[in-house]
Amino acid sequence: MATSDGKSGSRVERPLSPHLQVYRPQLTSMLSILHRIAGVALSVGTIVLIYWLFAIASGPEAFAQMQACFSSWIGRLLLFGWTFALFYHLCNGIRHLFWDAGKGYELGTASKSGVAAIIVAIALTFGVWFCAYSAVGGL
Amino acid sequence: MVEFSLPANSKVKGGHIHPGPKDAKSRKTFKVYRWNPDDGENPSLDTYAVDTEDCGPMVLDALIKIKNETDSTLTFRRSCREGVCGSCAMNIDGTNTLACTKYISDVKGDIKVYPLPHMPVVKDLVPDLTHAYAQYTSIEPWMKSSTPAPERERRQSPEERDQLDGLWECILCFCCSTSCPSYWWNGDKYLGPAVLLQAYRWIADSRDDATGERLDNLEDPFRLFRCHTIMNCTKTCPKGLNPAQAIGEIKKLMLERQG
Repeated sequence: MATSDGKSGSRVERPLSPHLQVYRPQLTSMLSILHRIAGVALSVGTIVLIYWLFAIASGPEAFAQMQACFSSWIGRLLLFGWTFALFYHLCNGIRHLFWDAGKGYELGTASKSGVAAIIVAIALTFGVWFCAYSAVGGL
Repeated sequence: MVEFSLPANSKVKGGHIHPGPKDAKSRKTFKVYRWNPDDGENPSLDTYAVDTEDCGPMVLDALIKIKNETDSTLTFRRSCREGVCGSCAMNIDGTNTLACTKYISDVKGDIKVYPLPHMPVVKDLVPDLTHAYAQYTSIEPWMKSSTPAPERERRQSPEERDQLDGLWECILCFCCSTSCPSYWWNGDKYLGPAVLLQAYRWIADSRDDATGERLDNLEDPFRLFRCHTIMNCTKTCPKGLNPAQAIGEIKKLMLERQG
């Protein structure tokens, strides 16, 4: 017999019921984990930013090397990802501020604000990259 | 601790297939989580076919039919069959709900039925709620008044009574707590949405004088503040309540009293 107190009979180790494996992803939960992932990405991005500042301080050679690194396709892809992470974290952070003020907990509102955060973040990301490419004059 | 995969003894392996009636007019397949504490085997996913023409409309009706007609060893909790007792809370088609208020016809394709997620399993669909109930006890869910008992009831204005709407309806089925990833990873210390909604039910009660003491008890990095507004709780609540909002209200009170 399995017992919770282990006082009678031999104790059987109870299995843990499935969780992540079976729980259907929800819009709000996916946006929440994306917020966490964006936050982690931004922490890593901060280290890269420091590397960038170091490269500037270390003189033209190091700067040129860093520039080459970032202008490669993978460098640009990472920068693009970081831009989105920044804007998504910002937009969703504003969503969190509303929640902290006790507003926007209704299911419909929470879904709509989440979709809005994603759309605004994507728009801002493309906007910034469009402006940046316009400023340097194309690819 | 965050552990994304299941422990070795909890991995779901294989399962029996029960073909069901041959002359079924409308066949629905149920895949049900099974674990028997007596045979030393891993959990499995058994398949049952049910003739929905010859069965009540709810998932609980099908489970009872399976137990009555196909496999009497299938174990689950149920009582009221009308969504007021909370006994038949389980994971159906990927979200937590009450089997008695979930329509079979609402699920497209096969219906997968698991126990409430990330809980120790007693048998089949029966989770061990000991820890969750202990957490409920920890918030002291009873009225604490500093004034002597009046001759009749303690009075509330209609407005004060309104503050309890959306809270008193909670039936403690723990669908919400067991839908919460934060509760999955930190359930040993985080109280989870069900218990926090109950905590707020007493904080919000105008007749209760222990608000400060109750907030002190929740002032902790884990007990309250592991809520990250993931909102699985509100999404899944079979009673349509909003635990996320109740938790938000407690967080707001925490901030307000800091001045």
